[in-house]
Amino acid sequence: MGKEPVVDFATDWDHTDPQWVNDPYPIWDDLRERCPVAHTERYGGGWFPTTHEMVSEIANDTEHFTSRQVVIVHNKNPELMPPAPIGGAPPITSDPPFHAIARRLILPAFAPGPVRALEGQVRALCAKHLDALAGATSFDAGARFARYISPGVISRMLGFPEEDEDQFRDFVHLVLDLIDLPTEERIPLFAPMTDYFDQQIADHVAHPRDDFTSYLLNVEINGQKLTPEHVRGTMVLTLVAGIDTTWSAIGSAIWHLAQHPEDLARLVNEPDLMPIAVEEFLRFYAPVTMARLVKEDMTFHGHDLRANDWILLGFPAANRDPSVFEHADRFIIDRAVNRHAAFGLGIHRCAGSNLARMELRVAIEEFIARFPRFTLDEREPVTWAPGQVRGPRAIPLRVR
Amino acid sequence: MKVVIDADLCQGQGRCFSIAPNVFGFDDLGNGVVLGDGTLTSETLKLAQLAMANCPEHAITIEDAE
Repeated sequence: MGKEPVVDFATDWDHTDPQWVNDPYPIWDDLRERCPVAHTERYGGGWFPTTHEMVSEIANDTEHFTSRQVVIVHNKNPELMPPAPIGGAPPITSDPPFHAIARRLILPAFAPGPVRALEGQVRALCAKHLDALAGATSFDAGARFARYISPGVISRMLGFPEEDEDQFRDFVHLVLDLIDLPTEERIPLFAPMTDYFDQQIADHVAHPRDDFTSYLLNVEINGQKLTPEHVRGTMVLTLVAGIDTTWSAIGSAIWHLAQHPEDLARLVNEPDLMPIAVEEFLRFYAPVTMARLVKEDMTFHGHDLRANDWILLGFPAANRDPSVFEHADRFIIDRAVNRHAAFGLGIHRCAGSNLARMELRVAIEEFIARFPRFTLDEREPVTWAPGQVRGPRAIPLRVR
Repeated sequence: MKVVIDADLCQGQGRCFSIAPNVFGFDDLGNGVVLGDGTLTSETLKLAQLAMANCPEHAITIEDAE
């Protein structure tokens, strides 16, 4: 699809532009200095604030900004979007007051206790894929390792057959990446995904089991079970938000370590450093940006925002704001004070953050235990996923 | 010295109880809670301060108890 390349991101930003996809950080640093709120007429009009303060302000202002559509699409058609305050994938697409109800339902499943219970499973999953790499001297750590971890975890959590995981990546691609298609072409593409979820729901209704899908089917709000749309929406959210994100974070960490032998050596030699290092991986390579829509015409720091303008909440850009982080542009593996916003801020804080963190930690631990020395294989290119969830997809490595 | 979490600000980011597990715990939603009455000793004060400095929601305060 031919999109005009961006010349000036301050007036015409596009988060799918190859320059942004390949290396967004210099662009964001420049915008933060110059704007600091960038504008675009693409996607029907939108704004990109680049300071931590503004990102935090909008994330915490649910009165003026709605979450009913959190992925920017080309043909913004408010008529076709599921309405506030529930939205299509509660609670991420929900606004107060419904948001709190939908969120309360799912948080216990992702609390530290239940997540801790999954750690052995994640370690075994990592080991399985690392076993397949035994003896390899060069391989693509994205295709052979990073992309398998989160789909394996999420499919078990939802109670979906593990062998369907290629389909899950297709669903994620559909929701997050195919954003340039006209609405009338995009909507029919969702049918196979909807059918898949409906089949899984029917199977769980017939054969209830101890998993998140059966939980959603049985849980009640004020004595009422959830609507089928709510159950399916939350399942889609769990799958889409649980796969690409953590996959990207694991990939970025491996990509970083491949280029920074001093950091790799420290992690290998000082396992206690891992929890602190994980937070710095999250700050420095935060994969996720989320969208909001402006509710009504308003003024924001001197900018005239129109109703239904997009806001792209750049948590990864906030994480590089030098007014909040000392040496913001430097990866400091033992950074002790690290108030990063990788999981968002405010009421929409990533519900799966405990799970994501555990997956990231365990995946790095297992990977470096098998491969304590590796570098990038310069013969092959590193490729990056475009759009609102950014991470490396091909990570060619050489084992040393 | 006493540590307090503002439950209206806490969003369950989970930093406090991983940094200072002797000072903070979590409830069934994963939100941070202060263990006991929050009184800090010379040993726990430093970790509580570090947790405070890492809370993305600025939900933790340390008060001088008189």
